[in-house]
Amino acid sequence: MPIWNNYGMDRRHFMQHMATAAATIPAMNFLSHVQANSATVKANNKACILMWMSGGPPTIDIWDLKPGSKNGGEFQPIDTAASGVQISEHMPETAKVFDNLNVVRSMSTREADHGRGRYYMHTGYVPNPTVTHPTFGSVVSYEVGRHRKALEIPSFVSIGGGSGQAGFLGMSHAPFVVGSDGQIRNAPSEEAKERLPGRLEMLAAVESNFIKSQRGELPQAHKDVYSSAVNLMTSNQMAAFNVNKADASLGLEVESEATKAMYNMPAGGGGMGMGGGNGFGQSLLMARRLVQVGVPFVEVDLGGWDLHNDVFNTLKNQRLPVLDRGISALVADLKQRNMLDDVTIVWMGEFGRTPRINQNVGRDHWAASWSTMIGGGGLKNGQAIGATDADGTRVADNSKAYLPGDIWATVAYAMGIPLNTVHTSKRGRPMKLANGGTPIQELIG
Amino acid sequence: MSFVPRWTMGRPNVAAACLSTMVAMIVGAETLVADEPATQRPADGQSVVEFINQRIEQGYKDNEITPSEVASDEEWVRRVYLDIVGRIPSLSEVISFLEDESPRKKSVLIESLVDSQDYIRNFTTIWTNNCIGRGTPRRVSRNGMEKFFREAFAKNRPWDQIVVDLVTGEGHFEENGAVNYILAQMQMNDEAVQLTAKTTKLFLGMQVQCTQCHNHPFNNWQQAQFWEFNSFFRQVRKVDHRKTDPNTGRQVDDYSEVVTRDFNGPVYFEKRSGLMQVAFPIYQGKAIEPDAFDRRKEFGKLLVANDDGETPIIAKAFVNRMWAHFFGYGFTRPVDDMGPHNAASHPAVLDRLSSEFVSSGYDVKKLIGRIANCSAYSLTSKFCDDNMVDNPAAGEVPLFSHVYVKSMQAEQLYDSLIVASNAHKSGKGGWDEQEQQRNRWMQQFIVAFDNDENDEGTTFNGTIPQALMMMNSDLIDKAVSVERGSFLFEAFSSPGPEGQKMQDLYLAALSRRPTRGEIVKAQQLVKAYGPNGKANAYQDLFWALLNSNEFIFVH
Repeated sequence: MPIWNNYGMDRRHFMQHMATAAATIPAMNFLSHVQANSATVKANNKACILMWMSGGPPTIDIWDLKPGSKNGGEFQPIDTAASGVQISEHMPETAKVFDNLNVVRSMSTREADHGRGRYYMHTGYVPNPTVTHPTFGSVVSYEVGRHRKALEIPSFVSIGGGSGQAGFLGMSHAPFVVGSDGQIRNAPSEEAKERLPGRLEMLAAVESNFIKSQRGELPQAHKDVYSSAVNLMTSNQMAAFNVNKADASLGLEVESEATKAMYNMPAGGGGMGMGGGNGFGQSLLMARRLVQVGVPFVEVDLGGWDLHNDVFNTLKNQRLPVLDRGISALVADLKQRNMLDDVTIVWMGEFGRTPRINQNVGRDHWAASWSTMIGGGGLKNGQAIGATDADGTRVADNSKAYLPGDIWATVAYAMGIPLNTVHTSKRGRPMKLANGGTPIQELIG
Repeated sequence: MSFVPRWTMGRPNVAAACLSTMVAMIVGAETLVADEPATQRPADGQSVVEFINQRIEQGYKDNEITPSEVASDEEWVRRVYLDIVGRIPSLSEVISFLEDESPRKKSVLIESLVDSQDYIRNFTTIWTNNCIGRGTPRRVSRNGMEKFFREAFAKNRPWDQIVVDLVTGEGHFEENGAVNYILAQMQMNDEAVQLTAKTTKLFLGMQVQCTQCHNHPFNNWQQAQFWEFNSFFRQVRKVDHRKTDPNTGRQVDDYSEVVTRDFNGPVYFEKRSGLMQVAFPIYQGKAIEPDAFDRRKEFGKLLVANDDGETPIIAKAFVNRMWAHFFGYGFTRPVDDMGPHNAASHPAVLDRLSSEFVSSGYDVKKLIGRIANCSAYSLTSKFCDDNMVDNPAAGEVPLFSHVYVKSMQAEQLYDSLIVASNAHKSGKGGWDEQEQQRNRWMQQFIVAFDNDENDEGTTFNGTIPQALMMMNSDLIDKAVSVERGSFLFEAFSSPGPEGQKMQDLYLAALSRRPTRGEIVKAQQLVKAYGPNGKANAYQDLFWALLNSNEFIFVH
């Protein structure tokens, strides 16, 4: 069983056991690797993978094209595998698998500042100085991850960072940030692992008084994080982060060259610290592996979307080929492993971009009418939800406008999180799940 | 009209109000500087401190709470070192303070700390980070920025002059380090929009970025005001120089500089309705000549102008920030969003400190002295039953009835680990090299956001990466090393009773003596390692002290 598991055996209880064997602390080895019971891990196997497009992507050029309008820009739409749904010509691979996905074209979200937009889209709440709302990954960590007893690595992983905070749900649900190469810095050496039991016993002795001395919540939060860190350090589930590692008990294989090529990684790539190759592809592959060992929420960051200048060339030559390859590979990979029905895929940025093309052949920030994408998860896929007017400047008259809370409510529905869940902020205020958003009717049928 | 980055939000228009009314609202919501007008002889620090103490006590009474008890010397000495010089006190510094019996020892220590080299280093770090971030943006010289601040804090230059230098700077980025502030905000070709938003936020404590595109949603600030601010910055140009690398023959980056170009006339901006408007350089209702050269210099004069008896905004913004530096929370939340929509919690204290700051000649060290000497800063960080509601971490308005526990900044942690392990005594490398080493270590925690606001995030505070670093990194290995010359080696191998050694470990790591119970427990644990395991035992004990919550927090 994992040590320092706050949800299973209480640390102090464990230490009492240790005290009776005090004479042999240095020799004792209670860091035997846990053979995760793969059946247990599989039991609650719902997950969500969020693709976060940092900078605010021009969705009018990707998902909701307006070829007839002066705002239409340079791209043309193409048909997809979803009947009646067209997307950008520069997303051909994604078009082929779009029967597994949906576009939500009538997002209308009012926050067009990077920091505020990032916060709003991740939490479903507008920023407020007196409370820190949890990013949705932390909500999933709390609602789902917490119950996965066999999960020893963090239940919310952020590949690339920028995912926000756990807020009032507490530090143990904060995102665990790694780079796209999966390298976890300051992992312990074997010698360090041997010294750990003695050190942790001393630590428990030193810390308890400070926590008792009533200085607010930070001291206990610190202890919780150490708990999580030690769990991580000593777990064989760490193999999920490294695409070249296998662990049969977890169902993880060394990823084949074919798989890597599908995700557009170079041959032989994915080594720790080797960098290079396609960071986005590798990140998505890592996300799939994390989901395999039971992580319920993985966020993958892809930046470079703040295209105030030269939007069409940048999209055509740089951003969209990477995005197209990544999304299509992930869908195909999940599908062939029979995981797609259990994994909800979400795609979004801080906001969209202006229908009007500016003087630098770019688009500026625009939150009034833009698109997000959501699919997999056992939803009714292959649809275009909502619409914008012919020029893309407003949500169409007969269309419902959607907020981030509605996207997250849909994810909650797909993952089996009860929609009437209410959390409590530190001030005792009730906080509705996803800020009271409702799942998108057409997707949950 | 040339391009600027645009945001659009869907808020209705707010009724108009003129700029001077807005300023009056910031300055005069409640009873101000109760007794004397702002332009008097600089009061002695004592009476200012008494005024603050009295006002804060009034706040306790009004909210029916009582303050916690006064902190022990041990608690206080560690806190004041971390806040003023950015590191924990060394073993000898702690002992020297604890053994000092003079009644004024706290005031004396505060004064000697602000006069120390480490004060300069600490505030240079803080303001360099404020101005250019922890991850240095492209074509910005971190060295140049640090040189500027180092000199400013070493000479205790008046804050208003520092602000003017930063806002009006010109020239080569290493010869006039102040220009790096400007260069850092000009990463995108955005007609000084980012420079406008950052300057108002950092130096005026005003968040006007939303008003680029529409009137402020919660107060009377108009869209025109943003563009009036922006007008002052339209003459700024940056020039990035390249040179040929003699070895490779290829073009590489050379230096960057800020120059002032000719720009006069109005700035055009578009209202959400599509109507074009003009804006001229106006600050607080005072206009300058639109064809003035140099507009920024004129802006600098307006920023510090004090002739109408109103305390300049730059003074209030700085006082608010400095209070927050010591107490964890300022008089507004957030600390840089002051305005009619966000009233100060203790307006009399803010106003008095600000006007004294101005009459002292914007003396930063004096301001620190006043803040650190007030009673609220001497309290313990423990809650007491009577002030449980005073919990800003849970969203309540801070009443300062106990000190609030803060997380250490990354740089404080690094410097403190160096001090705890005596590594600073080995005198390795000069200032520049130490800065570089620390900066390299910092990079592992920085996440840069690739956008026009040049944001960055951090994975430092209270996260698993931080815990892993504290448990396993080279830095911690060095700190608990038992090599000859290291702190632990000295403690472990010098003669003396074991209880004394335990005490030294606690004093070095936590700046306090262990309790009887803690000594007993530590001795038990050491005994369990056996006679051959003594070195390991000491290492593990020290490791535990450094990894404890008591170490990592400023309390």
